[in-house]
Amino acid sequence: MAGEQTVIMDNSGIKRALTRISHEILERNKGLNDVVLIGIRSGGAFLAEELSHVAEVIEGVKAPVGAVDITLYRDDISGHLPHHAVGKTDIPFSLEGKKVVLVDDVLYTGRTIRAAMDALMDHGRPQCIQLAVLIDRGHRELPIRADFVGRNVPTSLKENVAVIFDAKNQPIEVVLEK
Amino acid sequence: MAEFKHKDIIALRDLNKEEIELLLSTAESMREINSRDIKKVPTLRGKTIINLFYEASTRTRTSFEIAGKRLSADTVNITPSSSSATKGETLADTALNLLAMKPDIIVMRHAVSGSHYFLSSKMPGCSIINAGDGTHEHPSQGLLDMLTMKDRFGRLDGLKVAIVGDITHSRVARSNIQGLTKMGSQVFLAGPPTMMPPGAERLGNVTVCASMKEAIQDADVVMMLRIQQERQGKTLMPNAREYSRYFGLNPENLKLAKPDAMVMHPGPINRGVEMSSYVVDGGQSHILKQVENGVAVRMAMLYHVCGGELE
Repeated sequence: MAGEQTVIMDNSGIKRALTRISHEILERNKGLNDVVLIGIRSGGAFLAEELSHVAEVIEGVKAPVGAVDITLYRDDISGHLPHHAVGKTDIPFSLEGKKVVLVDDVLYTGRTIRAAMDALMDHGRPQCIQLAVLIDRGHRELPIRADFVGRNVPTSLKENVAVIFDAKNQPIEVVLEK
Repeated sequence: MAEFKHKDIIALRDLNKEEIELLLSTAESMREINSRDIKKVPTLRGKTIINLFYEASTRTRTSFEIAGKRLSADTVNITPSSSSATKGETLADTALNLLAMKPDIIVMRHAVSGSHYFLSSKMPGCSIINAGDGTHEHPSQGLLDMLTMKDRFGRLDGLKVAIVGDITHSRVARSNIQGLTKMGSQVFLAGPPTMMPPGAERLGNVTVCASMKEAIQDADVVMMLRIQQERQGKTLMPNAREYSRYFGLNPENLKLAKPDAMVMHPGPINRGVEMSSYVVDGGQSHILKQVENGVAVRMAMLYHVCGGELE
């Protein structure tokens, strides 16, 4: 169990970060033409919904939102440990030629993102994939970098960063566990 | 969340409710893969699956083969006509020879009940999945039947399920009884007395009915079993026409079940014997949905046994 917990981003901090990321996504893509948001289950999927709402308020257009579960694409699955339950991948539209914004809550080793990109490629050939994360905590093990970052949080390998969601899947706060 | 620690799936009797729920939930997620253009995930890359079928099968063997391939495993099929069994090799020797080739999973169908437990004892480093053993169990069929019911009703708890036909020789019935009673369904059995095993009512929340009408009255699900002429002697029923009159499902007696009741059959169907063609092809029939769910359920089984604990 984790010991000491510090809140490093509160609710209004998360809201401001998501608003800024939404503006950046709109700026980079010159609006929401051909843009789709795909969240990585579970935290990223909730944040993708949030980003889509915020961007809709700004732009007046809603980008389609999907969710991807990466369990079947993990690179640590070959050991004889009980396999994780498989969540539902829900991408009810074609990714062919789309600008995909992949959304996750915390960017760490980059292995989850690698798995998610492999999963997306099996759904078609997007025009490009951009990465939006609420927290980048460093310690990459793969050559992966985020295009949109809520906050960079320097951490040690012993620490853990978690985005806490309420029962309605709304982000409440970000905590650092030592 | 439940964890799946078994390396083998031989009988639903060996699994608890949480493990069955986990398999069904994974199967629901696997379905998405089967509706894509690229129907493949890399999960079981580098694993070798041997399909060892000592009894004839189209649906189950094809379904296991497709399931393995969609998970990126390498699948090899061995059928009796092409195997050394016809030259007199024992199952124990076959097992040792296969083991030397380092498979990860063996999916076996065998005419002898319980042969998978024997195979498993000979192959500690390999997962064993039962694709039907004699008159014992057929767990993948039981799971896909439960998934099809869950799709239709959103739950299994409290469903009234009638299973009609040759209960004695049916491994499908046994797996369904084991699974459904654990999930909280009520099971009603009907069949000719010559095809009803003694003590069937002791299998759990199971009621043995005197007639087919009694079993299907107000049922949510009517599951008809195939008359297994290859397993029966000649003496269990006078003839197909008489069987059909008392234990066949037709549009008239189907009206006894609930108006939205679903009709199921594990296949292959003897049209006009256990079921009339009007029912097989009718709106209440879910027989092809069962086959469709078969691939997803078998993907879930292959996925979870690969994470099971080896001794």
